[in-house]
Amino acid sequence: MAPRVGVYICHCGINIAHTVDVEELARAAKELPDVAVARDYVYMCSDPGQQLIQNDIRELSLDRVVVASCSPRMHELTFRRTIQEARLNPYFLQIANIREQCSWVHPDRESATEKARGVVSAAVARACLLQPLEERDAGVTPAALVIGGGIAGLQAALDIADAGYQAYLVEKEANLGGHVAEFPRTFPTLEDVHALLSALIERVQAHPNIQVLTASRVTAVDGFIGNFQVQVDTDSADSGSVRSTDLTVGAIIVATGFDTFDATLKPEFGYAVYDKVITGPELEQRLSNSYASPEGNPLGDGDIEDVVFIQCVGSRDRSVGNPYCSRVCCMYTAKQAHLLREQLPDARITVFYMDVRAFGKGFEEFYDQVREKRVLYRRGNPAEIYKRGDRLVVRAEDTLLGKPVEVQADLVVLATGLVPRSDAEDVSTLLKLSRSEDGFFMELHPKLRPVDTTTDGIFLAGCCQGPKDIADTIAQAKAAASSALIPLCLGNVRVESVTCAVDPLLCSGCGLCEEACVYGALNLDKRRGVMTANQVLCKGCGACAMACPSGAIVLRHFTPEQILAEVEAAV
Amino acid sequence: MEAEQSLLERCDLWGCIQCGKCTGGCPVSFKTTLNIRRLVYQALVEGELSPDGMAELWDCTTCGTCVLRCPKEVEPSDLIIALRTTLVDGGVIPPSIRDALTSVFRHGNPSLMPPDERADWAEGLGVKNISEGADTLYFVGCIPSYDDRAQKVAKALVKVFQKAEVDFGILGVEEKCCCNEVRRVGEEGLFEYMVEEQRELFKGYGVQHIVTTSPHCFNTFKNEYEGLDIKVQHYTQFVAELIEGGRLTFTGELNKVVTYHDPCFLGKQNGVFDEPRRILRSIPGLEFREMDRNRDRSLCCEGGGGRMWWEGTNPEEKLATSRFEEVLSVGADVMAVACPFCLLTFELAAKAGGYDEKVQVLDIMELVAQVI
Amino acid sequence: MQAALDVADAGFKAYLVEKEPSIGGRMAQLSETFPTLDCSSCILTPKMVSVGGHPNIELLTYAEVVAVTGKAGHFRVKVRKKPRYVDVDKCTGCGSCAEACRLKDRLDSEFNMAMGKRGAAYVPFPQAVPLKYTIDPEHCLMIQRGKCGKTPACSDACPAGAIDFDQEPQIVDLAVEAIIVATGFDPFDPRLKPEYAYGLYDNVITGLQFERLSSASGPTYGEIKLDDRQIHDVVFIQCVGSRDRSLGNAYCSRVCCMYTAKQAHLVREKLPDARVTVFYMDIRAFGKGFEEFYDRVREEQVLYRRGNPSEIYARGGRLVVRAEDTLLGQPVEVEADLVVLAIGLVPRADTQALAQLLGLSSSEDGFFQEAHPKFRPTETDVDGVFLAGCCQGPKDIPDAVAQGKAAAASAIVLMSRSGSQLASGEE
Repeated sequence: MAPRVGVYICHCGINIAHTVDVEELARAAKELPDVAVARDYVYMCSDPGQQLIQNDIRELSLDRVVVASCSPRMHELTFRRTIQEARLNPYFLQIANIREQCSWVHPDRESATEKARGVVSAAVARACLLQPLEERDAGVTPAALVIGGGIAGLQAALDIADAGYQAYLVEKEANLGGHVAEFPRTFPTLEDVHALLSALIERVQAHPNIQVLTASRVTAVDGFIGNFQVQVDTDSADSGSVRSTDLTVGAIIVATGFDTFDATLKPEFGYAVYDKVITGPELEQRLSNSYASPEGNPLGDGDIEDVVFIQCVGSRDRSVGNPYCSRVCCMYTAKQAHLLREQLPDARITVFYMDVRAFGKGFEEFYDQVREKRVLYRRGNPAEIYKRGDRLVVRAEDTLLGKPVEVQADLVVLATGLVPRSDAEDVSTLLKLSRSEDGFFMELHPKLRPVDTTTDGIFLAGCCQGPKDIADTIAQAKAAASSALIPLCLGNVRVESVTCAVDPLLCSGCGLCEEACVYGALNLDKRRGVMTANQVLCKGCGACAMACPSGAIVLRHFTPEQILAEVEAAV
Repeated sequence: MEAEQSLLERCDLWGCIQCGKCTGGCPVSFKTTLNIRRLVYQALVEGELSPDGMAELWDCTTCGTCVLRCPKEVEPSDLIIALRTTLVDGGVIPPSIRDALTSVFRHGNPSLMPPDERADWAEGLGVKNISEGADTLYFVGCIPSYDDRAQKVAKALVKVFQKAEVDFGILGVEEKCCCNEVRRVGEEGLFEYMVEEQRELFKGYGVQHIVTTSPHCFNTFKNEYEGLDIKVQHYTQFVAELIEGGRLTFTGELNKVVTYHDPCFLGKQNGVFDEPRRILRSIPGLEFREMDRNRDRSLCCEGGGGRMWWEGTNPEEKLATSRFEEVLSVGADVMAVACPFCLLTFELAAKAGGYDEKVQVLDIMELVAQVI
Repeated sequence: MQAALDVADAGFKAYLVEKEPSIGGRMAQLSETFPTLDCSSCILTPKMVSVGGHPNIELLTYAEVVAVTGKAGHFRVKVRKKPRYVDVDKCTGCGSCAEACRLKDRLDSEFNMAMGKRGAAYVPFPQAVPLKYTIDPEHCLMIQRGKCGKTPACSDACPAGAIDFDQEPQIVDLAVEAIIVATGFDPFDPRLKPEYAYGLYDNVITGLQFERLSSASGPTYGEIKLDDRQIHDVVFIQCVGSRDRSLGNAYCSRVCCMYTAKQAHLVREKLPDARVTVFYMDIRAFGKGFEEFYDRVREEQVLYRRGNPSEIYARGGRLVVRAEDTLLGQPVEVEADLVVLAIGLVPRADTQALAQLLGLSSSEDGFFQEAHPKFRPTETDVDGVFLAGCCQGPKDIPDAVAQGKAAAASAIVLMSRSGSQLASGEE
């Protein structure tokens, strides 16, 4: 039976109609083969517009619908729902973009209309070859895996658990708390972090819905959203043996944190050569109440009259391969300067900086406070540190005086930045995560999808995605929890219908498609010698279909016949 | 000074982030090596700063732009005044400024004029002395009392008061320098001494309301005389009230095109921008035109901060020149002023620059007095 | 929108109340976003459409919350729907009313930051969701004066008979378990810094106005131009209204360094021969890709000069920006044809009223106070009320989206506990 196509030309107000002759387009469309009806209307996506389509489907027994309008990114889902409500399979819809790709870019009415005719006729040709596709759901295991027991992981696990779902928290160290456990006090409030962090850790450990696995690592991940199969290896404290646990979870949150920049990579600062040159994190430890200094005084022997802090060590530095900003160092240095002032009321404290990035809530006010404590901010990034007698000399240019200076110091603190963890490559391989140019894990879209990844069901939280402070980490961890809770709460996930299909008769199992697939959807069925496509992992990108030398893989809804028909009609 | 405070203890500079707005807005920064931003920074870095050899310190007019603009509420001009104090204490001070200070101390005015001639300008005008009791004390000021040109302003103001039937009196020969400039050249000791005297004088006469000719006197009485429970106004504020309250009416027309120069101590430092304009706009026949650099962006005449007593490191370049160019560019015949320092500085500059043929410099009261 | 989407995607019902006629907020006004230079509307409108079409989200636009009682799990919220004077069930969004409106092109368009015009019958921007027209009661002749020509032009023009001048405000009662406050910010009014002469010179504009000029759907269709004037020199000034104790705004507005870098880049793209200068105090390029973008913009020959200008005046028909270049240690006068003030973000004018309604406190900077500045950035001291986005403090889009999701997580936790989840498809 020949298909019966309904064509609907949208005016989009004046967006299309101003440039494209929509009535003419409708008339021309009616003349195309297999077109049962062609209409034009001012706003097809509006309720009356959608009614028009639904009425025609019912009364004229249409079985294909072409909507010539704005980009499918705007309303493809809308119109699919429209025709689905009229009992037509949603994949019998074809959108012809005559706005973004026509009226908005071609000002001349005649040629724009001519082009629109071609676009519409291509759409009709393709519509005639469309096949119905199944909309399927897959069940979701009501549990989540959180990798990393630092502050991001703790918060994410709590939200998942508080919502009533099982959370597995895997931490590779023996203790929870991550880097935050090393800070005595936090900016800008200078509160004792320890108390707050302990409270969080206690809640996690006591929570009936959270199972904590410390001294553990994730060693294998398989499956897909709703059904990840995870293997976790735990080191036994005494026996030295390793116990393996298998977990099934619906979602995974990656919260593996960061490492600190290795200051020996900047040899000009004499780190590891002079014992009075230390890093910010090291100062942090020494200022912590629990630090037991071998020498008695946590800041070392001798009087400290001059302290110099140096910002941006290992950050904003292309020469060490780290062009990015580490976001927290300006503030942690200000905090440390403040804490030192409390301990050393008469010392001269200087901070050498390039820009002071006090951007967050209360940050600028804190920076003002720190200067009022007579901490001197000098603009200039020091070039080197050397010794003179038993004092250190910091050599820099003071760019506000426009003069080179030598500042003597008894203690120099290098504000080292954050770098991706040394095992980031392993983690990204394990979980098929992409990495941004700065080496941290890449989010799906830098503006609108800050916690999602290219793999459905795997989310990012905290510094593993990029440097950030505690407040932003907590917000991101909750954001990741929210993303994870969506499939968990629904209990099932919609599986993409536009997926690839392998013809086992043509497939020789060569594996080129598997190489092309970034989602890991293709695998070799060794027994049969052909490739299988995981319908849940497949995102319908079509890379496999292009890679296949035998034409054995076809992307549903984008078959060669459909595409060629479009092209022929357009040309 | 009592216990020696360090420079950084005297001046609160730690808030500074070196943004540069102060030097950026400093009116003399283009014609002097004085860089207030750098001085603040040097003070912070070194803890102390020696003003030795810094003749440019005397270029500062204390216009207050740096204080007005600073986003961190630092008062950079405090540093300049503190450094000047060090110089004054050490006797390293331009002789003409030293002479002015000595004169203030001895004669109650900076111009070496006899104190008993202070009220001569008012002879025959029927002006009573405050000792006879009056609602308002008209505080004349040193320059309007003694300078020929500026006396015309005082006389004009008297005419206005009398026409409006204001009950006012003057201190006459008892009036002494308000010392606003004395403080600004770093003579804090003399300032405090004179303030004490003046305050007692006001109290003695039960003064409730002071109107000044000069914005400098207005500034110091209003903001720096501690414990003065008196309503202080600049004459523009009072006269605007008189006009708007119907107590002063105009009897003639003044057909001139007039522009107004906002004095630093009236405008930028005390926010009085509207009243002078309201007065000018109410004068019948007067066409008022705004210059581009007006109100908060007015350009200092270079009269304040001791500059009346010393011409600075770069006397050839005058900010007044660009002011006249602006007056001409708006097509005005008259530059109206409301400060005796502006009046004298601009008149001098007009003659020196050849603008006196094209632009008349007149005080607002001189304009008003012509048509009442 | 993000908070509502997460809540709705998880299977719960969300009411989204927006006081303007359309959702979208400030992001709809931007031309491109940093550091990716995505077209803002292009990435935003699909989200708006998702919100508008989501079966679990009920949109109440042109509406405001007027009363809140109860507590977490059992809030009763009264929402006042302002009358559009247009029947939304009949309106097809065709725009005939706006075309016919007697005041067409005579009123300042708020969306275009007064650089463009609209009529009394209007839609804030063409991609509005919902795409329904509204009649501005403050200017409409019929509403203000009871008369509009012989008959109101809009009623005559409307093919659907949707104009209804008898509409009254409607009060809707909602029973909800959690409340998320995402009321955004206002831009700083640069008239509070008279030294920049904003409002006096028409070629001193704000960053938000620049967005409208640069936007393809803006009043100049994306050209950076002011009438026919040649633009040779463009100067950007950072920190206008931020980091400024003299105005009572001691805080940093967080986004201006980056939005200025983006705008400087756009100027370079659209006016390749112009000289572009940015006056700054500190460059806060702290986020992912930010420093790299700042590097790129400098490579494009945008000159960064350290110094916060003191004033702007005019000379010979051009603007003069007076500053000190603190790295040269010298005062400078830079001539310009266009000055863009990087205005900061301030709390919305109705912050206090809203705070009272909900029992919230404000931080010293005037934005809403979170329960703990480090550990609980999206919660408040009121159980069940959460914060998201700039109403809690200035932030950029990724951080606002993350916070929207964070607030949603808290809401989902609350609602999951009470077991009130909807089955999918249920209303």
